[in-house]
Amino acid sequence: MSKNYYDAADLRKFGKITEWSEELGSKFFDYYGKVFEEGALTAREKSLIALAVAHTEQCPYCIDAYTKDGLQRGVTKEEMMEAIHVGAAIKSGATLVHGVQMMNKVNKLEM
Amino acid sequence: MKKSLKARNNDIANTSKQLEILSNGIFANGELPTFAEKIKETNQFPLRPKKLEILQINLGYMCNQVCEHCHVDAGPDRKEIMTKETMQQCLNIIKKTAAHTLDLTGGAPEMNPNFRWFVEEAAKAGIKDFIVRSNLTIIRANKKYYDLPAFFKKHNVHVVSSMPHWTRGKTDKQRGDGVFDKSIKALQELNAVGYGMPNSNLKLDLVYNPSGAFLPGDQKALENDFKKALLADFSINFHQLFAITNLPISRFLDYLIASDNYEDYMHSLLDAYNPAAVANVMCTNTISISWDGWLYDCDFNQMLNLKVASKVKHVADYNEELLQNRNIIINQHCYGCTAGAGSSCQGVVA
Ligand code: SF4
Ligand code: SF4
Repeated sequence: MSKNYYDAADLRKFGKITEWSEELGSKFFDYYGKVFEEGALTAREKSLIALAVAHTEQCPYCIDAYTKDGLQRGVTKEEMMEAIHVGAAIKSGATLVHGVQMMNKVNKLEM
Repeated sequence: MKKSLKARNNDIANTSKQLEILSNGIFANGELPTFAEKIKETNQFPLRPKKLEILQINLGYMCNQVCEHCHVDAGPDRKEIMTKETMQQCLNIIKKTAAHTLDLTGGAPEMNPNFRWFVEEAAKAGIKDFIVRSNLTIIRANKKYYDLPAFFKKHNVHVVSSMPHWTRGKTDKQRGDGVFDKSIKALQELNAVGYGMPNSNLKLDLVYNPSGAFLPGDQKALENDFKKALLADFSINFHQLFAITNLPISRFLDYLIASDNYEDYMHSLLDAYNPAAVANVMCTNTISISWDGWLYDCDFNQMLNLKVASKVKHVADYNEELLQNRNIIINQHCYGCTAGAGSSCQGVVA
């Protein structure tokens, strides 16, 4: 058994999750594959969105996967870092905007 | 300037060392199937040649650059170049063969002192597609090369040039400081004589190799991105982009091992293995000739010193019929040709 919670080599085993639930696993991968196809957004744009979300979700597997995917598509490191800042800005904005709820609650409770 | 593996006396300059690395580890312990095992699954073993279409001739390993990923291990310190006698033997073959494409490569083929003579003679042989692989910077290396665009035009040569990225940083990292600016200038000069312009017959194609331990993305999408950026930033036009996978040999193998990426890279190649690409790998329609006249199934086998498995092994006794009746020599590096959409000197194959 690995001593770490995360093992980079486990990413290669991701496909195996279908083994214990063929139907649900396959449905997920079908959906996943479809989502990343070229559509109204280019596959390149989707890859950058995925990279940003991988960071806000803090998933090391997705970070590795979409960093590599971006490089394959010719995405530059500057573009990648900008995408991550977009994710970080939304994440911090989302935290801060909840401050309004706190303010509302304070205003309601305080005399 | 950096040096070739050979000049550094690096272990990996030794081809048997490379073959040992490729055959052991994950392939010997059964973690990954060998390429032979893999193509047996679809009854494609042994790999056999189809009709010969391309003659690829390496005019020498001398080069003005020392790119990180170079599978030739070329550089200014490499002195191996083709003699005029061997060129003459090649010309005899070019005149006789039914192959429609002649592909001159190196190193920097232009650095061979008999390069121009050879091009002039070969151009007379009536080859349909006459390719010269130019690294671009050679055109700007010094005065004696400045007229290369005009020379190429005179002989209606199809210029295929390497360009790792449309940004300076990525290009210089792979190919050396200053390479990007010189390449841009060279491309503009090729455009100025008519190469690569939208309706021009003077063909200018670019070759893209990933600058690291990852595979090339979709060729068409990369071509669009290259075209958009080069046109907007530098008013440069070109025709097609060939996306080529880096094969795990020579300097790229050295890089993979030093950066601890070798196993992951082999896994990536295998994950992307595409049985449909096997039928069109370039060894099936190409013969590769080295600077010293030996015959190989492809440029990569040439660099691994794996000569053709045929009674005929040298241009001196070239016999196309006999050569066609051989098995192609394969090893684990061949996974590089069959990953994703496949890869050959002319881009994707599947
Ligand atoms: S990749 Fe091409 S330009 Fe670079 S060192 Fe090798 S032969 Fe020369
Ligand atoms: S490396 Fe050479 S022999 Fe192997 S598949 Fe590619 S072209 Fe064929």
